[in-house]
Amino acid sequence: MSTNLADPTRLATPPTFQSVSLSRRIKNGLATGLVWGAFLIAIIPLVWVLYTVLQRGFPVILDGDWWQKSMSGLLARQQGGGAYHAIYGTLVQGLVCAVISVPIGIMVAIYLVEYGGRSRLAKSTTFMVDILTGVPSIVAALFVYTVWITYFGLGRSALAVSLALVLLMVPVIVRTTEEMLKIVPDELREASYALGIPKWKTIVKIVIPTALSGILTGIMLALARVMGETAPVLVLAAYAPFINYNLFDGPMASLPLMMVNERNNPTQAGFERIWGAAITLVVLITLFNLLATVISRALAPKTK
Amino acid sequence: MAKRLDIKDLNLFYGKFHAVENVSLAVPPKNVTAFIGPSGCGKSTVLRSLNRMHEVAPGARVEGKVLLDGEDIYASTVDPVEVRRTIGMVFQRPNPFPTMSIRDNVVAGLKLAGVKNKKELDEVAERSLRGANLWNEVKDRLDKPGGGLSGGQQQRLCIARAIAVQPDVLLMDEPCSALDPISTLAIEDLITELKKEYTIVIVTHNMQQAARVSDQTAFFNLLGVGQPGQLIEVDDTEKIFSNPGQKATEDYISGRFG
Ligand SMILES: Nc1ncnc2c1ncn2[C@@H]1O[C@H](COP(=O)(O)OP(=O)(O)OP(=O)(O)O)[C@@H](O)[C@H]1O
Ligand SMILES: [Mg+2]
Repeated sequence: MSTNLADPTRLATPPTFQSVSLSRRIKNGLATGLVWGAFLIAIIPLVWVLYTVLQRGFPVILDGDWWQKSMSGLLARQQGGGAYHAIYGTLVQGLVCAVISVPIGIMVAIYLVEYGGRSRLAKSTTFMVDILTGVPSIVAALFVYTVWITYFGLGRSALAVSLALVLLMVPVIVRTTEEMLKIVPDELREASYALGIPKWKTIVKIVIPTALSGILTGIMLALARVMGETAPVLVLAAYAPFINYNLFDGPMASLPLMMVNERNNPTQAGFERIWGAAITLVVLITLFNLLATVISRALAPKTK
Repeated sequence: MAKRLDIKDLNLFYGKFHAVENVSLAVPPKNVTAFIGPSGCGKSTVLRSLNRMHEVAPGARVEGKVLLDGEDIYASTVDPVEVRRTIGMVFQRPNPFPTMSIRDNVVAGLKLAGVKNKKELDEVAERSLRGANLWNEVKDRLDKPGGGLSGGQQQRLCIARAIAVQPDVLLMDEPCSALDPISTLAIEDLITELKKEYTIVIVTHNMQQAARVSDQTAFFNLLGVGQPGQLIEVDDTEKIFSNPGQKATEDYISGRFG
């Protein structure tokens, strides 16, 4: 009796805890396998794409000429030249698009969050934005073609491309800005009102700065997305192997368009340019994403 | 410049819900008035109607009058922005502006109203922070974000921000409910100090606090769920706590409630 009490390793009652049962171990193994399998299936194409683009394109963009020269005056099979004209086109079309879309998108979002409430106009605006979010880029491009070119009789140009991109970018900006404004606590708005600050000033000086880092991230990501769009450039701008600074007229290259164009070039030079343009686009978009992260870090409200 | 407030037959609604019924009450200048009463009886609602913050809530409606030195703040010619400028407010939870430094938080009201003179702003910041008993703790880090302060410091920062625009009346909605006893005491001392210059209305759930800081106390009650809250009685704090006129008041302050 007394020995029983003195020996702590001897249990009087059956143990409370048992080892994991066989069926649970099997289920655990199965679930783990499935999760890992799904992960691999998702990651393989990603790595593959990245590897292909890097392996084929990287040597091309190492050449300094690639970043400084256009294709002007080169024959299709000739080596050399660069993507300067296409990089310029992609950036300029994207920036013009952003200059138009950002104010519109932000103001629509401000209306929806700060003024619209549950009014009918706000509800129908939200509905339209939802529809616009789902519009494929080719539809946006054809719409601009119909209005801009067929109806108004204006020529194909970089501006037409930018307008089609605006249709794709505005709903994305409205959505992200709306989300960001919604998470600004009402207490901040009330604190500002209580100081005798009018509503519009509260929005401009308190609400937007608080949400700014998120809004900018959204803009950068939207911009990165539209820069890779192919349908609008195919439909609305002809390819030019030279640099065209004129937004309003004439053909202008862009990276997606350069790739499509070089697809018709069966030589080694064409092959290299396709992959060079592809990796350049990836690099540009990555840079924009990095920029978005840096800006949002710098602007996020701090506590220290 | 402290002013008096007279509340006349005030009825407050949230949409169809009648939240507070027939409140009439006088708040003398340079005086602390405490609002006490059970949760949900409409203390915050009444307080927010005193600087036209009530109407910020969707569907909210006001009937009756609130007179500031005889002038109805709900008159159709009155700009609510002006009213809020004259009657400041401190909220239950500290809410400094997260994107601004300590100094900018304090002078936000002036800066956004267009005051640019840096010297003037610096002076106001120092005076207000001293007034809120926070200067010594933050004077070396005025350019650091306001969100980096402790809860009690943030609340005092919000008080400094409210007094920086030099309102005539200061409304405080449970300003100490999120604070430790030491910060609470600091804020109570501050209220006693501020009373020399401001008319103050404070909502509190803490009976001792009401007894310590206020000159007059208003007791609100709720007759039943879904019924509007009512002002049961208002009198000198001493009288309310020693010899209240109503049975309900006595039950509430002695903890024999419900
Ligand atoms: N924005 C609002 N919309 C609708 N009803 C509200 C709103 N704010 C408060 N109410 C209601 O009004 C009544 C009074 O609320 P109020 O916040 O004034 O109470 P309180 O006395 O301050 O309570 P507490 O002591 O818990 O803060 C409650 O029934 C509450 O549910
Ligand atoms: Mg309350």
